[in-house]
Amino acid sequence: MKTLWAFILKEIYHILRDRRTLFILFGMPAAQVLIFGFAVTNEFKGASFAIYDQSNDPVSIALGRHMSGSGHFKQTVVAHRTEDIHQAFQSGKIKMALVIPPDFGDRYRSGNRPEVQVIADGSDPNTATTLVNYATMMIAQFKAQRVNAPLHIEVATRMVYNPELKSVFMFVPGVITLVLMLISALMTSLTLAKEKETGTMELLLVSPLHPMMIIVGKVLPYVLLSLINAVLIIAMGVYIFEVPIKGSLIALLGLNTLFIITALSLGILISTRTQTQQAAMMISLLSLMMPSMLLSGFVFPIESMPWLLQMVSKVIPATYFIISLKAIMLKGVELVVVWREVFVLALLTLVFLMASWKNFKLRLE
Amino acid sequence: MTHEPVIIARQLTKRFGPFTAVDAISFEVEKGEIFGFLGANGAGKTTAMRMLTGLLTPTSGQASVAGFDVFRSAEQIKRHIGYMSQRFSLYEDLTVKENIRLFGTIYGLTQRQIGDKTFQLLRKLGLSDEAKQQVGALPLGWKQKLAFSIALIHEPKIVFLDEPTGGVDPVTRRQFWELIYQAAHEGVTVFVTTHYMDESEYCHRVSIMVDGRIAALDTPRQLKLTYEADSMDEVFVKLARTTSLS
Repeated sequence: MKTLWAFILKEIYHILRDRRTLFILFGMPAAQVLIFGFAVTNEFKGASFAIYDQSNDPVSIALGRHMSGSGHFKQTVVAHRTEDIHQAFQSGKIKMALVIPPDFGDRYRSGNRPEVQVIADGSDPNTATTLVNYATMMIAQFKAQRVNAPLHIEVATRMVYNPELKSVFMFVPGVITLVLMLISALMTSLTLAKEKETGTMELLLVSPLHPMMIIVGKVLPYVLLSLINAVLIIAMGVYIFEVPIKGSLIALLGLNTLFIITALSLGILISTRTQTQQAAMMISLLSLMMPSMLLSGFVFPIESMPWLLQMVSKVIPATYFIISLKAIMLKGVELVVVWREVFVLALLTLVFLMASWKNFKLRLE
Repeated sequence: MTHEPVIIARQLTKRFGPFTAVDAISFEVEKGEIFGFLGANGAGKTTAMRMLTGLLTPTSGQASVAGFDVFRSAEQIKRHIGYMSQRFSLYEDLTVKENIRLFGTIYGLTQRQIGDKTFQLLRKLGLSDEAKQQVGALPLGWKQKLAFSIALIHEPKIVFLDEPTGGVDPVTRRQFWELIYQAAHEGVTVFVTTHYMDESEYCHRVSIMVDGRIAALDTPRQLKLTYEADSMDEVFVKLARTTSLS
């Protein structure tokens, strides 16, 4: 125990005394969240939209005015039939439509859960989500500004052309994945390669330390740092970009821990195969970061990839992590619902751990 | 010197697949002896040393180090030997004191022992003022002395030095050998590999490996007589010529 602590302390000194490491550890995650975040949720003004007011009642007219009067939306089409909306979408005249059903006014006054529908053009998923979020917020604001308002106005959203929004740039899960890969895998492979490069690994190996202790002692600080980073990114997502966390926080942290171990085992595996930090860095970036970013469903939807790349994406741990992360964070499902993904992730982790342990022992021979 | 071997190797062999890196070497090293282990790169020096330090399991033969069998008690061997690698590697971003503390802990010293050792060591090396400096900032020669002292921190019976003077200027090398002599005088057995032939003259006995075998083993004086050479350098050249090394 004492030895382990001395080892961890040493690793902490290494981290704190190396500016480059410190920057990668804490600067990069923050920068990534901000870059991805602001690239997605850019402010917009005057998005054209249609109102199909079937209620035509003082409250519904007021709601329409509230929407167009905000500056965020500009009503360019007045729809009288459902076909009008379709045509307007197809000709690109509008990005969003607000449908107010005939009984809206009555339900509003009687407090009987009035409903409106927001339709957005899902073929441009980033914009669609943003618009829907804005519209939803503005409807809530409309309600809040009025006395005698019912408790709740139901907003039913519908994405046309891409109903499940599969390609939505759900950047927070993606950034968590990237950063955990970066810190856990890249930093572990770097720190182990560094010991080899400077020859201190040899010193540790001839010492009475058990090889397992060497690895655990080196890797444990990065597990903690990665967890801190995951929490940091989630917090930034929640407080700066209002990304919802619908599922259980414990499930979320558990899932993150599992993925951190996955990434660490990959980092160890890489370090057993490389002699220098530079080689470790190149291999980590090329074989881990790139696929995790491009083939995991983070940036490009897996469904639209050619067959071969789809197969590749199936062996990338990040794929399973992103699916289960999205499900828990954004859809609010229980961990059991994504058991299949979690199971595959755990299985992959086990394989990587065993491979790296075998490799590490082999290297001693 | 009393006959008290602390390293015994008999027909020690290591094969990597079809390649025989170390081919049935046999020798003994006495307590307090400075034993030079010479050979060209790829002659099998490092492999032999790795077997003796418990890093590699031999393919066949026997060996014991500090009374422990290399097959059965590799862990015990690691506890009872000191080791200094080619790059006298310490953690450059840790301070002198932190390095001493870390290796002291790794070798199972108590806090108190570490405290005492730190004080002694710093005074002996004249590094008291630099205790809080990062090792990376020290001159090469000091790093080397510090690395050697740290290799001896747990008072091992045997210390293995793997090309300890590589890339160091002659004056510093000379000073370093004084440290080695001092350790040997205190009863520590020194097993040292080097490719500086002039350094091998400082050893009590020298073994020269060629192609996985020990081609010659004797005192430097006797070796020079046998091979009718003026220097160890010449001995080495003559040896290399007579064997298959071309």
